Amino acid sequence: MKPSSLLVVTLAGMLFGFGLSLSTMVKPEVILDFLRFRDFGMLLVLGGAVVVTLLVYQLAPRMMNKPVLAAAFGKHQSELNRRTIGGAAIFGIGWGLCGVCPGPAIAGLGTGGWPMLFALAGIFAGAYAQGRWFGD
Amino acid sequence: MIDSLFPHGITHYLVGGLLLGVGVSLLFVMTGLVGGMSTVFSSTWSYVSTAKFFQQARFTVSRQWRLFYAAGLILGALVYLFTLGNGVTFQTAVPWWMLLPGGFLVGFGARLSNGCTSGHGICGMASLRLPSILAVLTFLFTAIVTAHLVAALGGGS
Repeated sequence: MKPSSLLVVTLAGMLFGFGLSLSTMVKPEVILDFLRFRDFGMLLVLGGAVVVTLLVYQLAPRMMNKPVLAAAFGKHQSELNRRTIGGAAIFGIGWGLCGVCPGPAIAGLGTGGWPMLFALAGIFAGAYAQGRWFGD
Repeated sequence: MIDSLFPHGITHYLVGGLLLGVGVSLLFVMTGLVGGMSTVFSSTWSYVSTAKFFQQARFTVSRQWRLFYAAGLILGALVYLFTLGNGVTFQTAVPWWMLLPGGFLVGFGARLSNGCTSGHGICGMASLRLPSILAVLTFLFTAIVTAHLVAALGGGS
């Protein structure tokens, strides 16, 4: 990938990491408080993110022939099958146990939450087990 | 009413959420990429594992930018830490023996499902993809049940 694209990718990641930190999604306690109905803030985070992204995903391909630095707009790939739903169910059990999902597991390292390394190691191991023994 | 639903206020949640959207949108407008966060945990294995699954083009072609995206996440969090965060780090009280197996299920499930809170939750729902919307409802349900069960069994405060 071109250096200019990689720079943009890094900047986009920085906005994402800053947003996860500002919204305290990097704190497992805040996620668990949402899941236990003590603080519904996570819904505002998700809602805010979806509204902005929805507008841009719908409008950008109509207003621009192609992305600024690439040939074509990508499309989100998801299929309705047992893997998608079963995987989501397993993901949710893990998320409910530890309050950490992939984005915050990474961003949490930047806010000094070193115990996140345990979650990060678990996620890497889980992704390996999936691909190695349950890949399609 | 608002206070009981949002005891820690709403501004930082809303602004933070909007920033997530701006990041994903910037990525899309500039590069056309649709960026969830869980794929990096599979694509990075392609550097070290010769297993056929990890050597698929969808991982080997995207593994470089996904690592830059992940590095950006850490950098952005560092910027927050030393600006609005006043340098105060955060240590979770969730014990390692819940973080590790919880993380394992998160990684396994997200990769089986091909998406997580950002892939299905943000990118998929913003693409109005029915499979993603159903995945989000599914993981919200199992996560809420699990978190309540753990609390009922005396885990967590």
